[in-house]
Amino acid sequence: MAREGILVHSPYERMTEEQIKQIHHASVQILNDPGMISFNCEAAEIFSANGAEVTSITSADNPCWLVRIPEKLILQAINSAPKIVKLGARNRDNSLFLNGEEPRVFFVSGSETNIWLDVDFPTYVKKSDPGTEILVPEFHKRRGTVLDLCQAAHLCEHLESLDAFIRSVNIQDKDIIEDNKDVNKFFASLNNTTKHVMAGLTSLEQLDNVVNMAKLIVGGGEEELKENPIISFITCLVKSPLQFVDDTSQTLMEICRRGLPVVVSSAPQAGSTAPMTEDGIMAQINAEVLAGITLSQLVNEGTPVLYGSVPVRARLDTLNDSYGAPETSQYNIDCVQMARFYKLPCYATAGVCDTKIPGQQTSIERLFSDILVTLSGPQYLHCAYGLLDCNSTFCLLQAVLDDAHFQMIKFFLRPPRISEDEVAESLKQIRAVVATPQKLYIRYIRPLMRSGKLSMPYPFEGDGETDNVFALAHERMKQLLAQPVEHIDPATTKKIFEEIPGILSRLNVYEERRKQ
Amino acid sequence: MKETMEETMEEDILALLKENVIQGRRTKDDEGVDGDMVGTPAVLELTQLMVESDIAPEIIIKQGLTAGMQVVGDKFATKEYFIPDMLASAEAVGAAMDILKPILEAADIETKGRFVIATAKGDIHDIGKNIVAILLKGAGYEVKDLGIDVSPEKIVKVVREYKPDFLGISALLTTTMVAMGKTIEALKENGLRDKVKVLVGGAAVSEEYAQEIEADAYCVDGFHAIKVLEDFQKVKT
Ligand code: B12
Repeated sequence: MAREGILVHSPYERMTEEQIKQIHHASVQILNDPGMISFNCEAAEIFSANGAEVTSITSADNPCWLVRIPEKLILQAINSAPKIVKLGARNRDNSLFLNGEEPRVFFVSGSETNIWLDVDFPTYVKKSDPGTEILVPEFHKRRGTVLDLCQAAHLCEHLESLDAFIRSVNIQDKDIIEDNKDVNKFFASLNNTTKHVMAGLTSLEQLDNVVNMAKLIVGGGEEELKENPIISFITCLVKSPLQFVDDTSQTLMEICRRGLPVVVSSAPQAGSTAPMTEDGIMAQINAEVLAGITLSQLVNEGTPVLYGSVPVRARLDTLNDSYGAPETSQYNIDCVQMARFYKLPCYATAGVCDTKIPGQQTSIERLFSDILVTLSGPQYLHCAYGLLDCNSTFCLLQAVLDDAHFQMIKFFLRPPRISEDEVAESLKQIRAVVATPQKLYIRYIRPLMRSGKLSMPYPFEGDGETDNVFALAHERMKQLLAQPVEHIDPATTKKIFEEIPGILSRLNVYEERRKQ
Repeated sequence: MKETMEETMEEDILALLKENVIQGRRTKDDEGVDGDMVGTPAVLELTQLMVESDIAPEIIIKQGLTAGMQVVGDKFATKEYFIPDMLASAEAVGAAMDILKPILEAADIETKGRFVIATAKGDIHDIGKNIVAILLKGAGYEVKDLGIDVSPEKIVKVVREYKPDFLGISALLTTTMVAMGKTIEALKENGLRDKVKVLVGGAAVSEEYAQEIEADAYCVDGFHAIKVLEDFQKVKT
């Protein structure tokens, strides 16, 4: 068994077939001229050895190469990259099959936020009528820690709509350093959710420790992990415009060598690091992702990759990313269409908002892109559960609110139930009701009510005229956190702590329990 | 009679220069915010003309460039202008400063100061750093940009040899933010800490962190940096 996600029956499309081809051709031309600038030597050598035209454009202390990628290499890579990518999970029922040809959407948390937002509800008294009291949410920022990440994973385990977990908190404890960050973020995540875990890598030296940890958890070696890849990676190997970054490109190549699934992503910002026009940013991001995918396939033909798109529009007042802008959703939907054109599974982005705390603008911005981008049918949708402030802040309360939205979207996307049998049944019902004196269909609701076929009221609706959404969602959050998670078993945990260096002892739930 | 005519001409050109700064027109090929100005002389040409007419650089800077930037700043504050407008104006002023620099130097007039800027070791983010560099140049500082992924050693070397008044470091990752502290340590070890004021910025950094590593200032954005630098100047004089 695997998770089902939600199949989008007739995906929303912006670009015509003709326009898709125009973008494809523009990208192919871009990869030939101007080509990619590679700051990574090995990547340049690999391209060169496979027939790309590579010239050194090294300046004083900055070695780099201009790589002009021929169309043939790009098409070969598109061909050899798997059309179906499996993402495994500790609980196999949580595995995902991402099929590039099928617009089945899986909803995923994401990003690496520096700020963790706590919330509490102090009581406010009305000045003119001290008898009236209300609870008002207050949000408090602080830097994220590894125990926060555990909590985030724990909550996400219980969010019904959420299909996979991308670590959502940047762990910044005093005892987290570059050398132990990766093992801790993966362990904290894996130990608190049985869903698929994806993250970026901070230090390439840690890759094998992380992979070995995953092997211990699946209880096997390379083959077992490839069969059930409970972890995967995201690498931002491109710096727009059109540059292969030295360290992240190396990371991509090493992950590909190990045959583990990886998102090849590019995150251009229209206006600053990509043209502001839709055709311009699309031609560029598509070229950048194809360049990365080509590299991945040259390193290891057939290695599983996702077409990773994080296009955004620039805010004009700060030049920060503006995820709330409607253009950002347009670009993302275009990317989904490009990936589908290549039959590659797509990682797309939605749901990030510009606002800093939960509230009305947040809900508006989030829902806007959540609905639209989902409708286009990306396989792996980073839809930012709990994220605020353009990816800089994570808030558990917001994640609970988001889950309710996605359940509504999933419900909406259920296919229409219209068939001969159903219609016959309805005709019978209509005739029967019309024949009664009251002419009401109400008694026919009852059999549907508890069948799961009806949507339920918004779960955080207040009484009367009060808006209690936050307080009710907060209650729900506490309930979910009180539900236990299935941790990695004691024996495996023991092995992990013995064999994988650098994991903080406070993450060992069994030892911590013993101490108490 | 002749004198007053020259004076009015000087005033007219200065007003035109100011207007062109506001329009963000660097050269005569730029269109400006109001559109159709292509072909008419812009900041570069006007500055050149004024230098040829022996108008004092201090006057050009004060009454033309700075006065124009002041208006641009006000328009930004009221959301009539956005970052792209600011950058266009700052770039135009930067180009004018390139023309004026040799004259200022020859006349021994001090510029506002030398500013070295870099993205911290291990970090490749540079959009913010580039904006800050352009804005500071536009505000009259001599800016030297060392690029991305710059090691503490390299920064120490540049501080020793180029002798900047200010050093700005940008870090967007919590892992590379640490390199800022290391740079400050390295400056201390090399006896250079009191030679340069250190400003830090970037999404990872906070006021508290800046204090922890004993930087002289934390800046939220480029405008904040300009203000901080002005405050430093006030303390100096
Ligand atoms: C654009 C971007 C990228 C682009 C960079 C393009 C470029 N040319 O710079 C790309 C896609 C390449 C990229 C790569 C990565 N990124 Co990035 N990126 C961003 C993003 C979305 C916006 C940054 C930006 O340009 N903002 C716009 C500018 C104008 O703002 P700014 O930089 O803050 O600068 C302003 C002020 O801060 C200030 N300032 C800045 N510096 C200085 C210096 C001085 C002296 C002064 C006075 C002022 C000052 O003034 C500026 C102008 O107003 C941020 C999100 C965020 N919230 O910041 C993530 C973010 C910084 N990235 C992040 C990550 C994780 C990465 C990667 C590691 C991803 C990966 N797994 O591969 C790589 C990093 C590789 C590396 N070694 O550096 C994380 C960092 C989390 C952390 N660990 O700390 C962030 C926060 C996103 C997230 N939440 O996940 N990224």
